[in-house]
Parts: sequence; C-alpha cells; structure tokens
Amino acid sequence: MVRTIALLIGAAFVAALGFALFGTIKTAITDPAPESAEHVFHVHPEDIGLKSAGLLGKFDLQQVQRGFQVYKEVCSACHSLKYVHFRDLTKIGYSAGQVKAIAEAWVIEQPTINPETGEAATRKNVPADPFPSPFANEIAARAANNNALPPDLSLITKAREDGSNYVHALLMGYRDQPAELVKDFPGSKTPKGLHYNPAFANLNIAMPPPLTQDGQITYADGTKATKDQMARDVAAFLTWSAEPNLESRHGAGLATVVFLAIFLFLVWGAYQNVWRDQKH
Amino acid sequence: MSFPWAKHYEPKQPLMRWLDEKLPLPRLVYNSIGAGYPVPRNLNYWWNFGVLAGVALVCQIITGVVLAMHYAPNALVAFGSTEHIMRDVNGGWFLRYAHANGASMFLFVVYVHIARGLYYGSYKAPREMVWLLGVVIFLLMMATAFMGYVLPWGQMSFWGAQVITGFFSAIPGVGETIRVWLLGGFAPDNAALNRFFSLHYLLPFVIAGVIILHIWALHIPGSNNPTGVDVKGEQDTVPFHPYYTAKDGVGVGAFFLVFALLVFFAPNLLGHPDNYIEANPLSTPAHIVPEWYFLPFYAILKSFTFNFLWIPAKLWGVLAMFGSILLLFFLPWLDSSPVRSASYRPKYRVFLGVLLLDVLVLGYVGGAEPIARNVIMGQIASMYYFAHFLIILPWISRSERPLPLPTSITEAVLAKHGETAHAEPALAH
Repeated sequence: MVRTIALLIGAAFVAALGFALFGTIKTAITDPAPESAEHVFHVHPEDIGLKSAGLLGKFDLQQVQRGFQVYKEVCSACHSLKYVHFRDLTKIGYSAGQVKAIAEAWVIEQPTINPETGEAATRKNVPADPFPSPFANEIAARAANNNALPPDLSLITKAREDGSNYVHALLMGYRDQPAELVKDFPGSKTPKGLHYNPAFANLNIAMPPPLTQDGQITYADGTKATKDQMARDVAAFLTWSAEPNLESRHGAGLATVVFLAIFLFLVWGAYQNVWRDQKH
Repeated sequence: MSFPWAKHYEPKQPLMRWLDEKLPLPRLVYNSIGAGYPVPRNLNYWWNFGVLAGVALVCQIITGVVLAMHYAPNALVAFGSTEHIMRDVNGGWFLRYAHANGASMFLFVVYVHIARGLYYGSYKAPREMVWLLGVVIFLLMMATAFMGYVLPWGQMSFWGAQVITGFFSAIPGVGETIRVWLLGGFAPDNAALNRFFSLHYLLPFVIAGVIILHIWALHIPGSNNPTGVDVKGEQDTVPFHPYYTAKDGVGVGAFFLVFALLVFFAPNLLGHPDNYIEANPLSTPAHIVPEWYFLPFYAILKSFTFNFLWIPAKLWGVLAMFGSILLLFFLPWLDSSPVRSASYRPKYRVFLGVLLLDVLVLGYVGGAEPIARNVIMGQIASMYYFAHFLIILPWISRSERPLPLPTSITEAVLAKHGETAHAEPALAH
C-alpha cells in the first residue's frame, strides 16, 4: 500500500518535472536569453595584497591611518560610518589625546538637543561618539546626491563580494564607456547623471569619481598620494572598519588551533590505548 | 532494554548509593552512555557523527544564550545590536561567529549522520522509531536555522523570510491569509522578527527533548553496525565507556579543529555579503539565496517552472520541497530489503552513490544563477531525487540479490584481520 502510493506520488513529481524540463529546453532553443552588457563588460576586482588578507594577516597601521585620512578628507563628505566610534581610532595607533583632537575638529557635528530650549542642535564630537552622518536623514542624502543614497561605509568590505579588493577596483574603475558596448548593447548606454564603471555590478554608478587626481590630499606621513595609493589605503581603512577585531581573531585562532591539534593527538593516543587489546 | 550481559551500575561511595536510592540519575547516565551500554565492537568513524551533532547543539545553546543577552529583537535596532555585539561586547565577535558557523557545523554533521543511516540501513526494523524521531529533529533544526538567520535583520534575513513565508501563500484559497497570520503583517517586520526570536530560543530545547527520545528509542534495540548484522552475543559488543567515549573523543577533537578553522580564519566563508547590509524592504537583492544547507531543497523548489495539470508551478514547487523531506518518514517501509548494510547490497549501493552526487548537484543549482543550463540540471536532479526514494528504492529492494552476510559481527571483524572465529575465542577480554 505504502509502495503503491509512493509510486503514484513519485510518478506525479517526475511527470511534472519532465514537463517543466521539456518547457525549459524548448524555451532555451526557441527563445534563448539574450546576453547582457553586465555579463560581458563587468570586471572582477584584482587582488591588492593587503597585509590584513591571509590566514594570519595583520593591519598595516600606517596604511590604515592614511586610509582614515582619505575617508576624512574625501569620503566623509557623503558617506557615514555609523558603527565606528571615534574611540575606536585608538586601535589603529592614535593616542587618546589625538583621538580627542580628531573628534573635536571633525567638521560635521553630533546632533543633540539644546538643553535650554529643547530644540534640535549640534555639539562638538567626543571620543565616545560614533562618526556623525553627513546628512540629517535619507531624504536629505538623496536630495543632495541626485536621488542616490550614499551607503554607510562601516561594513562595506564585508557587504560586497571580495570587498577589500572591490573598494580599490571601484575607485580606480571609472572610465569612458567603450564604443563596442554602446554598439552591441544600444539599450545599455550610461544614463545621464550616472558614471560608467565596469567594477560596479550594473556598470553604471551614481557616485561621481571621488579620487580625481594624484596629490588630491597630502598624506601626514609623506607618502606620495597617487590615485592608486589613495584607493589602496582607503580599502585598507575600510577593511579595518568592517572587522576591527581581525588581529585578535587571528591571534586567538592560532592559539586555539595549536591547542586543539595537541588535544586531538592526545585523545587519539588515548583511543589507541583503550582499544589496544580489542580487534574491531 | 539492553543486552543481558550489560554491566550493572554498582555505586561504591555511600553518597552515590544514597543518591541512587533517591534519584538514580547516575544510573541512567551509566546505562545510556556509560559502561552499561553494550555497543557493537565494529563501529567505524561514521558512527561519531551522532555524538558530534549533540556537541554542536550544546555549542549552539551556550553561544546562543549569551548572544541573546546582548541582542535586541526589534526591527529598528536588530542590525545595529548585532554590530554592537561584533564591536563592543567583549569576545562578542567570537560568540557571533561561533554561533553562525556552529549552525553550519551542526547541519553538516547531521547530513553526514543521515547519510550514514542511509548507507548502513539504520532506518530499518527494529530502528524505525529512531529514524522517525531523527527526521523530526531535522525538521526542527531547519526551522530553527531559518529563524536564526532572520535575526540579524540583514538583506538576506529579510528577503529569505519573505521567500520562505511566501510558501504558505501557495496553499489554494486560504494561503495568503495564513501567510499574513504567521508573519503578523503583510511583510516581514517587527512582529515577525519578535516571534522568530521567541521561537528560535524555544526550538533548540524542543530539539534537545526529541534527542532524548531519539537516544531512548535507540537503546531499545541497541546500535546498528557496519555489517548490519544483529548482535548475537557478548563477544560482539564492547561497553560504550571507555571504548566509544574514547573513539568519540577523537571525533570531537577533529570537529572542534575544523570548527575553529572556520570561526577564526574564514568566519564569513559560508555567509552571504548581502547580510551585512541592513534589511531594506524597498530594495530586492539581485539573487536571493538561502544558506548552503538549504540549497538542495531550494533547487527542488525552483525546478518546477511550468504549471502542470491543474496545479500551478509554485504549488508544485512547494509540495515537492516539503515532500522531499516528508518522504523520509516513509523510508523504513519503502525499502523492504531485509539486508541493512549497503556493503552487502550491490545495486542499492550504486543508486545511493548517485543520490549523493545528485544532492550535491542540487546544492550547486540551488545557489547558481537561474540560466537555462542550471535550470535543466536542477530539473533532472530533482527527478532523480524523487525517483530514487519513491520508485527505484521500492523496486530495487525486491529485485536485488544481496551478497552473503557474515554470520556475526565477530566473524566479520576477524575476517578483516585475516583470522577465523575459532582461532581466538577469548576475544571479549
């Protein structure tokens, strides 16, 4: 009885699938899906070899500090960093005093309430504050950016496939739209107000090129600020901001794995010992 | 329960004797996972995975309970509270990565445990109840894992919840009403997040309860073994402790080593980048995919692309997806072969190998883009999945001619060592 019912149900599913299979093959032959411009022209990021990549990677704090400078002088005009606090900067090598000075001098102030009138106001940042958003809210951000919303950057390198390399590739990816793209895919011409960038998933990004020329900023440590250097450095900084505990994770991981390897060896020895007289 | 030669619990300490009279809990442990439980002597490492699943559940409960002390189940702050755990809670990153990857470890060892059962016929008489309870545990785990994935309230959390609860809207007539009732709204929102959190906290303890029943049901006939031959006498078994506690210890060591490598060196390997973007009902991700352990079932769901007979494609997909798991409940009666172990079933073994490959193909298709090639692969693989359990297995279990079975476990063990049963009579000592 069970087997008869099973046979009938099995036959029904196989028949429904067979029918769907036939339909899929027929559609694939008579009406194949057209190739898309994204499919042909999208480029995957190349490896920029950050020191934090790899099994036991550590941050290059000098580079992360330079990247912070790029964020501060370029990105922070539009992008928030809301899950990072000023106090976190002590972890990339700034002293408590420096952090206090950075927070106090930050151009965008922290929203607060006027204690006398109860009206909305702003005050200077302190180390305990998160980085303030450059816009009061999403509508203000969109209004200032051609209706596009600049994403928060705290987690950006974890929120994109191959994120650290992606940030560099995106910043370096701006170029004129290739003539053959427009020729092959006339519908995919970059719309007005967007910018062609093959590192971006759909090829057209709302963000105008943020790094426009070498020497756009002057690095505090004297490193030559080429476009490529700035893109690498800010990628390093955003890798830190997304995963600030990476170094302690790697360190704890090494200790744990060594411990467990010894544990496994001892347990295996105990197992051999317990079973030494038993055939199995 | 258990064999007549099982060792008896004899407390020597006065305190333990007193305890045994009032509450014989140590006796229960002794008889379940101590020296009082005789186990076939020939279990291989595939038998470690049941214990490993228990270890994984304990890890999930411990990390989960602590995470719940810091997490806020409210749609406005859930994503931020997860980041607070990652950045500001002492060791919070470890707790969260251990819990997220712990789910993968749990599902992985359970899949191996199920595959072990399929190969060695552990679902057959007299262990049908063990198998049925196991399928119940598997279903509870899937529900728990799904609801847990929703809690960080990232993009995949939200859209995964949208897709999965959307299954209920495939029910003719009342489907949409049921979906709205389950979610507490027209789309996943605060009401859904709150109930998911509540159930995500509850279900692991239900799982723990069903595990107790699972082990209880197992101890009535005793453990199966790689030959599938019944235990004939004392020489076929060894006490669980110290023999299998030692062997399981090796498995536990290897389990934690793999677990540590994932947590410390590749914590986001099995996750999806989109779940680091806060949930946004107005922006649909390019590809909505579930976690890896649901991909084969997701592939079955997606394979029904055309309406057939009077049933719409979506309903076919949902029926098939639930059916693909529910059919496991009938497995002990679909397979009528009296031989348990696939080692002695030359044809079943081949089809089981194909099934394993088939499920891997389904897993690939479940996560791949729905281009024609992948859809076709998924449809063929889904056909085989149902054909295997519902058509091939009932047929083959009658038609195949099994290989000769060893007369006892001891004989099989000695044959492996190139000896005969008479050569070494004092085997159990």
